[in-house]
Amino acid sequence: MPSDGPGRYDLAALLAPTAIARLGAIGVAVAAVAVAFAWTAGWLSPERLTQARMIDAFEVDNGQHAGFRRNHAKGVCLSGWFEGNGAGVKLSKATVFKSGRVPVFGRFALAGGLPMMPDGPNAVRSLALDFSLADGEVWRTGMNAIPVFPVKDPQAFYDQLVAVKPVGTTGKPDPVRIKAFFDANPESARAIAAIKASEFSSGFANAAYNSLNAFRFVDAAGVATAVRWSMVPIDAFAPEPSDTPPDKNYLFDALAARLKQGPAQWQLMLTIGQPGDPTNNATQAWPAGRQTIDVGLLSIVALQSEATGNCRDVNFDPLVLPSGIAPSDDPLLSARSAAYSESFTRRVGEPKTPSAVQAGKGG
Amino acid sequence: MAQRFTLVARLLHWTMAAAILAMLFIGVAMVASLTDYHRLVSIHEPLGLLILVLVALRLVYRLFHPAPPLPRGMPGVLRFAAKASHVLLYALMFALPLVGWGMLSAAGYPIAPTSWLHLPAILPQNDKLYAVLRPTHTVLAFVLFATFLAHFGAALTHALVFRDGVFQTMASWRR
Ligand code: HEM
Ligand code: HEM
Repeated sequence: MPSDGPGRYDLAALLAPTAIARLGAIGVAVAAVAVAFAWTAGWLSPERLTQARMIDAFEVDNGQHAGFRRNHAKGVCLSGWFEGNGAGVKLSKATVFKSGRVPVFGRFALAGGLPMMPDGPNAVRSLALDFSLADGEVWRTGMNAIPVFPVKDPQAFYDQLVAVKPVGTTGKPDPVRIKAFFDANPESARAIAAIKASEFSSGFANAAYNSLNAFRFVDAAGVATAVRWSMVPIDAFAPEPSDTPPDKNYLFDALAARLKQGPAQWQLMLTIGQPGDPTNNATQAWPAGRQTIDVGLLSIVALQSEATGNCRDVNFDPLVLPSGIAPSDDPLLSARSAAYSESFTRRVGEPKTPSAVQAGKGG
Repeated sequence: MAQRFTLVARLLHWTMAAAILAMLFIGVAMVASLTDYHRLVSIHEPLGLLILVLVALRLVYRLFHPAPPLPRGMPGVLRFAAKASHVLLYALMFALPLVGWGMLSAAGYPIAPTSWLHLPAILPQNDKLYAVLRPTHTVLAFVLFATFLAHFGAALTHALVFRDGVFQTMASWRR
């Protein structure tokens, strides 16, 4: 046992040459851990594509809109229920697919980072849902009414945000940059062409909303199946009117009017991927004729203005999944989860102003 | 060497040291990676909650098995620094997972660290609460990292400079 002799802790002892050398070595060891930490955090590599840089790019393109989502900024809350018909059980053990009703809330929105943008024929409609399952499980999904997604991975998403950045005095994107983006990302050029070729419906209630990303459905025996899903409207399809109504909220107003007549409904259709179907590239549609299964009916009964505690303060993170649904190898999924979290954290801490869409009482 | 931490205390110490250091690195890595975010969060949440269980066991264990005394010649300031930093480490080991759990609750996320374990929310869903807790989690994590660096440097100083046996009370492999 070392003695507790005096001197050991004296300043003189610490200033002895060996002690100084050892203290120096200890300093180097401590500094090395600190540098490793800084490197891991990305503080030494500002070019790394992080969630902060991704969300900054949205803010550069759209400006700062405190309290609003950085994408799909204009929206309204919804409530209703989902009634499973039991047919999904053979693909997934998630309880949502058993026959029976689960409460649902969510959000209709338009893609884009401008909370006051006028509704328009080219605005991409979206539907985000939260299924509150028994024993605290939750399924969240955000779906878009387009056939494929414009980009295949987070880097391409970021490059696209940079490419469409408004420039100079025109306030419009630079066509040269946009062309360079499509040259570098031909799959995005093909996807945009497919989106333009698809016909947009006249409103929210008769639009089909697609998961676009693939997921793995896992059954009770642990067998996984690649699935993409769609909410297919019961309301008959009607094309966009050729002359856009002047009302800035005509899509949302028509939705509120539609719900006054009764619930709007969608069938949840699962599309079963076959070996070889791309699960890691949302710019590519799966071949036509894939088997689809109707697993239940979504009924949306009411809208609520965005307000404290409702859909406004929820992050529809597509990786909030019940057991029985798992992520695929699609790189967009982790990126969405990460970027939505950053957007959520920023907006939740900011002061709030009223949203563009105000749902009338009972509407 | 008459006085060492017990085997159980040493095992808890080194397991938790590895886990907490991993948590700090995973934490800063995941909030700066779009690609690995999900994979890392899926480790961060269950491991963080496991640390909460371990620190609770460790505190109870320590009440019944006090730490060996510091060397008699150790000056008051150093004794105070040692005691205070240990109290701070315990406080942070509780606070970080609790704030993590609390902020997920306030954000209205399900608390499902594994597919078979669903924990209740420990706070009501509240945007203002999340807006406070989320940065608190970051600040506490950085304070924990700074305290860890001090602890690491002090341990090495005991081992290599003071050579007073304090290091060996925790770092000895013999049973
Ligand atoms: C890496 C690619 C993507 C990025 C960076 C991105 C970014 C964002 C951001 C920042 C938000 C706002 C989140 C919030 O504050 O709560 C958002 C919302 C949304 N995104 Fe994406 N997104 C991506 C891919 C997709 C894909 C593939 C879909 C396809 C279905 C999609 C559908 C939606 C929907 C429906 C919402 C609105 C959710 C709501 O109403 O709360 N996004 N996105
Ligand atoms: C000893 C325990 C823990 C340590 C040392 C720790 C450390 C960290 C660190 C360093 C970060 C990054 C902070 C930043 O740079 O902003 C972080 C973020 C985070 N931690 Fe922890 N944490 C712990 C426990 C937990 C627990 C128990 C949970 C949840 C159950 C949790 C959930 C999170 C979440 C959700 C994030 C941020 C994700 C985001 O903003 O997208 N942590 N943590």
